[in-house]
Amino acid sequence: MQYSDVLMVIGANPAENHPIGFRWITKALKNGATLISVDPRFTRTSQLANIYGQLRSGTDIAFIGGMINYILENHLYHEEYVANYTNASYILSDAYSFEDGIFSGYDEIERKYDTSKWSFETDAEGNVLVDKTLQHPRCVFQLMKQHYSRYNLETVTSITGTDRDTYLEICKVFGSTGQVGKAGTILYAMGGTQHTVGTQNIRIFAIIQLLLGNIGIVGGGVNALRGESNVQGSTDFGLLYHSLPGYIDVPKAVPEENNLAGFLARVTPKTGYKVNNPKFIISMLKAYYGDYATKENDFGYHMLPKISNGKNYSFMYLFEEMRKGGLEGIFLWGSNPVVSSPNSQSAHDALANLKWMVAVDLWETETSAFWQSEAGKNYADIDTEVFLLPACSSYEKYGTVTNSGRWMQYRWEALPPKGESRADLQITHELALKLKELYQDENTPAARQINAMSWDYGTDHHPDFDKVAKEINGYDIQTKRQLSGFGELADDGSTACGCWIYCGFYPEEGNLSQRRDNVDNGQSLYSNWSWVWPMNRRVLYNRASCDLNGKPYNEEKALIWWDETKQEWTGYDVPDFIKTTKPTDPAGSKPFIMQSSLLGDIFATRSDGPLPEHYEPYESPVQNALSSVQFNPVVDIFEGKHNPRGDYDKYPIIGTTYRMSEHWQSGTMTRNQPWLSELASHMFVEMSEELAQEKGIGDKDEIIVTSARGEIKAYALVTKRFKPYTVLGKKVHHIGMIWHFGYKGIVTGETANKVTPIIGDANSNIPEYKAFLCDVRRA
Amino acid sequence: MATQVNRRQFLKLSGAVAATLALADLGFNESNVQAKTKALKIQSLKPTPTICPYCAVGCGILVYATEAKDDVVYTEGDSDSPINQGSLCSKGGSIRQIYTTEKRVEKPRYRAPGSNKWEEKSWEWMYEQIAKRVKETRDRTFVEKEDGIYVNRTDSIVSLGGAALDNEETHLISKLMRAGLGLTYIEHQARI
Ligand code: SF4
Repeated sequence: MQYSDVLMVIGANPAENHPIGFRWITKALKNGATLISVDPRFTRTSQLANIYGQLRSGTDIAFIGGMINYILENHLYHEEYVANYTNASYILSDAYSFEDGIFSGYDEIERKYDTSKWSFETDAEGNVLVDKTLQHPRCVFQLMKQHYSRYNLETVTSITGTDRDTYLEICKVFGSTGQVGKAGTILYAMGGTQHTVGTQNIRIFAIIQLLLGNIGIVGGGVNALRGESNVQGSTDFGLLYHSLPGYIDVPKAVPEENNLAGFLARVTPKTGYKVNNPKFIISMLKAYYGDYATKENDFGYHMLPKISNGKNYSFMYLFEEMRKGGLEGIFLWGSNPVVSSPNSQSAHDALANLKWMVAVDLWETETSAFWQSEAGKNYADIDTEVFLLPACSSYEKYGTVTNSGRWMQYRWEALPPKGESRADLQITHELALKLKELYQDENTPAARQINAMSWDYGTDHHPDFDKVAKEINGYDIQTKRQLSGFGELADDGSTACGCWIYCGFYPEEGNLSQRRDNVDNGQSLYSNWSWVWPMNRRVLYNRASCDLNGKPYNEEKALIWWDETKQEWTGYDVPDFIKTTKPTDPAGSKPFIMQSSLLGDIFATRSDGPLPEHYEPYESPVQNALSSVQFNPVVDIFEGKHNPRGDYDKYPIIGTTYRMSEHWQSGTMTRNQPWLSELASHMFVEMSEELAQEKGIGDKDEIIVTSARGEIKAYALVTKRFKPYTVLGKKVHHIGMIWHFGYKGIVTGETANKVTPIIGDANSNIPEYKAFLCDVRRA
Repeated sequence: MATQVNRRQFLKLSGAVAATLALADLGFNESNVQAKTKALKIQSLKPTPTICPYCAVGCGILVYATEAKDDVVYTEGDSDSPINQGSLCSKGGSIRQIYTTEKRVEKPRYRAPGSNKWEEKSWEWMYEQIAKRVKETRDRTFVEKEDGIYVNRTDSIVSLGGAALDNEETHLISKLMRAGLGLTYIEHQARI
């Protein structure tokens, strides 16, 4: 980040929520960079920025779409990069079209697209037709240009509420990073993702960065600022219903996937690095099912659960199912949905439908205590059994976490677990042993599955940590040799590996996540500090930092380059491919090796369209000015008395939620601590002076926020940081609330999520916590 | 202890390249750290490096526990870490209280159906009971085949969370819940 020329923070507030990460932004500013902050409110980040643009929550696509339009019209894009490293040159089939907010292939009744309508033209051998001059009227570049030509200055600023001159300045300044050798970066967090168009928000950030040649270079990129210490790792390891470790889809209950070959056929693309998926999957099956997994039984593939085809098992759907009584038991691993769920009262109520709950946590949370009178419940009516298992903290155990930059860092044990608390590793191990013991003499289908699972971490209370770590890394089953990288994984059952992207962190030499050599080997990569997946590569897609001949676009910020004399790639970082591959070779010329096209996908199939299009939030004060389609046409709507949609007439104010520096997530890790509780001890709601005056509310007054879902009491924080917008000629107010509070802990307060709706992104299913309708009054 | 072995192995591996790794088995220069801290109380104590449990910037922190390893005396930013170079925010700066706060649950607790209170129980009792509940629900709801296809799953049990756990823990949870128990409702904080 410190090497960027321009940094645009949109949908994040790092000065507040990632303060130490922000130090690198400060460094960039000292080096002469420009910081742009785009946010509904004037945040701590905005305060430190050179340019602040106010945008109405939920209008990021309009905002960036307008910038793309400006960049294309004024020819600010990086032409060589766009033509050669992205799919802008691909020619689309005639079936693709876009009209009035809808792409071709839409089924109104199913609220779904037939995405086959968005395919590319191919020759007889199936190769995509391209036009590297980018002039063909049906090439992605031209159709994208046409798409965003509607996003003109007037329309965009009337939607986003941004001041015209400021907006133009942002377009110019950020657009300037399209010059060869310049670097612009985008930083986002939940402000980008927690919308019904969240995935497309991030897609449009990526598109503008591809147009400007800002991906794969030092000081570039689209940076997700992640909120939890190991949300990266837990995602890498497949703790999401749709994903096996290493970002491979889970198998589905369809006839084609009734055997391993059929499943591999679906999840293995024909090109790109993922052609190796069979090796990764079979090695994972060997790590899961050990000796049981043989070639004859498809390496135990049939033992893996197959999700019901078309059924969504993600967070909101899970709670809907619980509400309907379809779930019996839950394991909570440091999770507190009574505070963190959208429409949280409905989640709270749903918990009573469970037969049993196992909560593994350091604290008694709002969730594990959901049955108490304090929680507003009549305990006598609640039959749920609750098992609260005390977990220890991160420095009372040892293991690794992976940060936002994919650095896998080791944490040593400073002292043993407090009281009788135990590490989650031990708890999982002991539970697994106990369950295996219960099933060992049975031969039912349920028993066969758990008996097939290998669990070779010893029989002690605490599992053999080293064995767990080595299983993650991968080893040769015969020789037990630790593998040095995923290039060594095989599809014949001779290797076992728990998560292929981590293969190489623990080679024969030792556990590289423990490395503490902080010597900078160039471009602040610190390649000998800890270990970074994949293969200790610090900057993904680094090939894109060089021109077609392998020469860095910017010598001072070089990452890797082609050495003519040695005929190999060399530099500070590890290239994405075999280092003797010539830059002009097909395999050495396309940088985005994880994509099947090997290119940066400007045009990409998502459930809600191949190009990001602006739709209003589910609850919005205005009509969509860009089309007659009001909100994302493919999102699922959770109907029912528990989740009504609010109207503008009754709820004319935009509400949004966010985090603050002194607290963290649902507050369990901060509201149970005296210092942090003292630093920020009240649930508050921020609003503008104008709104406060209209409503007769004074600073620190008790207020009530209402929405179609419910109401909460909080304190008013009247501030100049909030300003009403003029949106499509109409004055619109907005308020913001912190989301960390609940009824447990040293300091307590009402939960913001009681007023948020259950509705989410069409691709990731993340709830729209960031933009909804509400009203506010004095208590 | 297994970890000690690891640390030594690790030192062998990187000792040649980094002078800062010369001292002790913790892999960083303790005297340097002590010069910077000076506080008498901790002069005789050994710092243990950890990574902040809050946000995903991944700041390095040093934890000073008592010699008896029964309390945390002090914590500070790890000046060797290239990520934070010693600095911390308000949250990272107060991780000592994650240990010292009275709010920590220190014994397993059980709440019976219809009850208004927690009861303290032994770990063994908890494991027995939980395993029984899991088995009972799972056996009753387990589906081996659906339309002739092996599905080996139960749609009745949920595993939620894990974003603050160690990688090794998420690996074991992922393995047990999906591969061993056949759960499909596996979700965590990335979704919310
Ligand atoms: S100290 Fe602050 S910025 Fe650093 S990891 Fe912890 S919470 Fe994040």
